[in-house]
Amino acid sequence: MKFWIGIAIAFGAAVATATFVDFDYFFFASYTVLMFIMLATAWNILGGYAGYVNFGTPAFFGLGAYTAAVLYKAYALPLGVLIAAAMLMSGLLGLFAGLLTLRLRGIFFAIATIALTVIMETVFINWRYAGGATGLQLLRPPPIAPFESYIKMLFVLMAAMALASMALARYIENSWLGRGLRALRDSEEAAECSGVPTLKLKVFACTVSGGLMGACGAPMPMYLSFIEPASTFNLNYAVGALASPMIGGTAHWLGPVIGAFVLASLQQIVTVTISNEMNVLVVGALLVVFVVVAPDGLLGLFKRIFSRK
Amino acid sequence: MNALLKIQNLSKTFGGFTALNDVSLDIAEGERFGLIGPNGSGKTTLINCVSGALRNEAGSIVFDGRNVTALPAYRRTRLGIARSFQIPRPFSSMTVLENLTVPLDYVVHIRTLHKADVAGESLAILRDMGLADKAHTPSNRLSQVELRKLELARAMAARPRLLISDEAMAGLSGAEVEEVLKILFRLNESGITIIMIEHIMQAVMRFSQRVVCLDAGRIICEGPPAEIVKNPDVQRAYLGA
Amino acid sequence: MTFDLLFEAVLFGILLGGFYAALSMGLSVSFGLLDVPHVAHPAIMVLGSYCTWLLVGLGLDPIVAGVVLMAPFFLLGMAVYRFYYEAFERRGSEAAVRGIAFFFGLALVIEVGLILGFGVDQRMVEAAYIGRSLSLGEIRIPMRTLAVFAVAVVLTLALTVYMSKTFTGRAIKAVAQDEPALRLMGANPVRIKQWAFGIATAVAALAGAMLIIIGPVDPGMDRVYIGRTFAVVVLAGLGSMTGTVAAGLVLGITESIVLIHPGLGASWAPAVSFTLLLIVLGVRPQGLFGR
Repeated sequence: MKFWIGIAIAFGAAVATATFVDFDYFFFASYTVLMFIMLATAWNILGGYAGYVNFGTPAFFGLGAYTAAVLYKAYALPLGVLIAAAMLMSGLLGLFAGLLTLRLRGIFFAIATIALTVIMETVFINWRYAGGATGLQLLRPPPIAPFESYIKMLFVLMAAMALASMALARYIENSWLGRGLRALRDSEEAAECSGVPTLKLKVFACTVSGGLMGACGAPMPMYLSFIEPASTFNLNYAVGALASPMIGGTAHWLGPVIGAFVLASLQQIVTVTISNEMNVLVVGALLVVFVVVAPDGLLGLFKRIFSRK
Repeated sequence: MNALLKIQNLSKTFGGFTALNDVSLDIAEGERFGLIGPNGSGKTTLINCVSGALRNEAGSIVFDGRNVTALPAYRRTRLGIARSFQIPRPFSSMTVLENLTVPLDYVVHIRTLHKADVAGESLAILRDMGLADKAHTPSNRLSQVELRKLELARAMAARPRLLISDEAMAGLSGAEVEEVLKILFRLNESGITIIMIEHIMQAVMRFSQRVVCLDAGRIICEGPPAEIVKNPDVQRAYLGA
Repeated sequence: MTFDLLFEAVLFGILLGGFYAALSMGLSVSFGLLDVPHVAHPAIMVLGSYCTWLLVGLGLDPIVAGVVLMAPFFLLGMAVYRFYYEAFERRGSEAAVRGIAFFFGLALVIEVGLILGFGVDQRMVEAAYIGRSLSLGEIRIPMRTLAVFAVAVVLTLALTVYMSKTFTGRAIKAVAQDEPALRLMGANPVRIKQWAFGIATAVAALAGAMLIIIGPVDPGMDRVYIGRTFAVVVLAGLGSMTGTVAAGLVLGITESIVLIHPGLGASWAPAVSFTLLLIVLGVRPQGLFGR
């Protein structure tokens, strides 16, 4: 119950901010943070709960973004439909990738996700209807009432989606599904012998994870009024989605959220004070440090500190 | 004989190496069966093929009249084949109690997932195994004998008809071996067919009604314990020519 | 597509393939034999390219520079493996996931480090054999491709001989197949793996030199080469040296044909290796000659 009260408060805060705050940059920046929270949460369903590392977040995110862009260009469908379509497409990609490679060892799945990203990017570079390498311009529709500003609407929408993802992750984590995933992460052989259908569960996690990433990507072309392959399939999404849970903690649904906040804030500071490249170096270095020294992430550290008191 | 498990002409190769060569075996319902053989003779490979962890290239495995050769491991567990691992593989991120909820959720209560009191059932099994006081201990903090008991408890939580115990007693003290042996006897009395793989000869001989000896992937001897012990082929396999 | 064009494509494909095979040799050892999820291999290779560029700036020939770099990179490889072993392999399979993330982070750090040190622009080297071509009838083959192919052949032969004739070489193969047995024979598997990883990294350094001879290099190149090297290693079958050569040729020829195909061309080229990889993983994950 406490959780849902928290969710309601968070969403209420988002709406209130949209109503009373008028500082556009705030909404642009927050949209990005919310996006990474959702991507990290989605990533963690397969990466943290099941233990299969996905390097290819851009493939799922990008496919969702392009699905939305192409469908909007062709049929001017409403945003809700675009998001649903994007979720479906990326979910299918997750299903396909999962069936293809999750029966193999984790490293093969990881490499396959890189393959998917490059292949996706190449496909969209060569598809002229979707804009090819130069990209596609989009004309935003008017914001849906009661919103007056399109960016404020996207902000609230992304807040809702991020919160929904967190709720879904929490549900999976606490259910028998989550226990099965944890069992297969701890010892896949022992899990099989305990009746856990490991392949089915892995594919399920991959499909859900992919679908959420696709949904996250769908509003992107509207946000920018523009879409092009290089920035859509950018490595930053892969790094952010992976590093946030590793830093925040992979065992609990809050971990990716905390990690995304920390990472996003750090990145803002570093980009503004030093440089953009240094930014990626910091993330990479942090990833290495946390993975080696604090495998349970920040949440794990907090737990250890507070359980001693 | 009412064969619960029928292994027919089973062969398993790894690249160029033949681990199991045309092995055939019948295990009766309710039997206490011992499987012995020197290291590398194929005992664990045989068990892996029966439980589904490995796929055999030739031959068939029939369990309770049903051909399971093509089934994935989790299906075989749901049909009633359970095993413990030679090197214990607890679900290390979970407590002892939580370890048992996995087979309870995925085997026993697979159709009524949210309703059963899996925690209560787990505790009952732990009490049987003498692990109740460790129920909430993280499973990566157990002693060797406790880990072995957890392996057996987790296998039992799947309510199997056939339990395969893979060297559950290796490295344990005399008193600990007795503890585990008593548990296995008690399980068998409640109707569970047990295949025991062990190197501790006195345990195998006391426990088994029938023993089979493997060497280099083949069965070299089969019979009651007293005969096996005296068999020159068996002695040669263990001690070398 | 005329026959001449196809013939030329296949010829270039063979030369390219030999190059890819040599690049992948290091990964064949570190990932194929040692099971280390070494996604940072191409990044180390690119690091080798930049180091080669530095040494060429000091007056060395690129191939010589590559050979010179093998020694320090060997030590680097040993150190990286030691670290990986202590931090991850030792701690069991749950940590294996983090091992993958670790190498990813490492690749990232190397890539960005290179950007910070050298900028995003491409770097090239010059040598006697770069820029000139050999004429074979109507076909002109760039000399640098031949030079690299020659180095690749020598490297492959050297590695194959090493792995089958020397004690350490055979120990490396043994540790891949049966570690407990090796332990029983008195050899220390960790030391052997460390040595093997060192060799793999040294080979990566030479591969980096070859890379910058073939063409300009920029810090982000490791990404497309992750696809190429892993495609070769997986298609070869983990642990097979001869397989790596065959797989390299397959990839080289396929890429070459895609490049000249009227409907496809250069914009599709990056996807070739990755598509091949996915096909192999889906259809025959143990590769052509897998163990």
